[in-house]
Amino acid sequence: MYTSPEALLAILGMAVATIAIKVSGLLLADRLPRQGFAAAWLRHIPGAVLAALVAPALATGNLAEVAAALVTGGTFLLFRNLFLAMAAGVATVFLVRMLVGA
Amino acid sequence: MSTLLRTSPQDQFFAGARACVPVAVSVAAYGLVWGVLARGAGLSPLEVVLMSGLVFAGSAQFVALDQWNQVPALLPIGPLILAAFIVNLRYLLLTATLRPLFPERRLGWRSLSMYLVTDENWAMTVAAMARGEGSIAFLMGGGALAFCSWMLTNLVGYGLGSAIDDPSRWGLDFAFTATFLALLLGMWKGRQDIVPWLVAGLAAILTSKVIGGSWHILVGGIVGSLAGATLEWRRSRVHQS
Repeated sequence: MYTSPEALLAILGMAVATIAIKVSGLLLADRLPRQGFAAAWLRHIPGAVLAALVAPALATGNLAEVAAALVTGGTFLLFRNLFLAMAAGVATVFLVRMLVGA
Repeated sequence: MSTLLRTSPQDQFFAGARACVPVAVSVAAYGLVWGVLARGAGLSPLEVVLMSGLVFAGSAQFVALDQWNQVPALLPIGPLILAAFIVNLRYLLLTATLRPLFPERRLGWRSLSMYLVTDENWAMTVAAMARGEGSIAFLMGGGALAFCSWMLTNLVGYGLGSAIDDPSRWGLDFAFTATFLALLLGMWKGRQDIVPWLVAGLAAILTSKVIGGSWHILVGGIVGSLAGATLEWRRSRVHQS
């Protein structure tokens, strides 16, 4: 159990930068109007961020990932259960990789 | 709204933690990997606890391991802080959408609760808000669970050292994508979502090919949501005229 002043400074700096951004988002939201273009923009952010999180992983994926994405989506649409959808996706990736030997 | 009025903050806290159990699995998988890599990068146990406890942001912590140096004099302090800042910029978008959870005009110290916001409990809370539910206690419950599972698996991974190879052997690397894909499908409100989602996805794919890092989340999120807002704004102007 040890550390150095340099490491401590780097970690504290990273923490302050991270917390400052998280707090700023909340505080800046107040300056944005509740309706009109900016409000519509805020409403569309969650879906767009999630789509941006998922798309590259699927675009760079191979057979296993694409098959698992279809299984995940299908399972979720059928059962509306997040954990079930996630487990089905993970199991599909595992099985397809084993079968294909990738 | 009715459920919000009936349940106590404690109930909301545990409801938020329960809602985050599925995504805590993916947090745990990444936490294990980060712990293993942190040992390889030469962080001390104290530094692992400090970084995971104070920074508490997965992608930024992964990037930091790339830059870390065991020799204090060689540690790139400035670049480490700048990288954390850039990788976490996208949280501006996330926490801004949580503003409706606070009824008061002035936030003060309560805004520091945003420290516990992660991709996981943010997504769960936004989904709950879309159903007319969700609260700060709900957000904090999910955040506390994510924090515990992150810290615990970081330490387990650190202890295991090089014994674990990558979680992709068990398909666990896909848990993240699968979870976010299901969350995305749950947000579907109608045809107006097609364009922003497609634009966000394409922009993210392009960005990840050209720049790399985690810029694709920020670029895709901004471009996609702007496309959605532009379409909606133009449609409302057509209706008015």
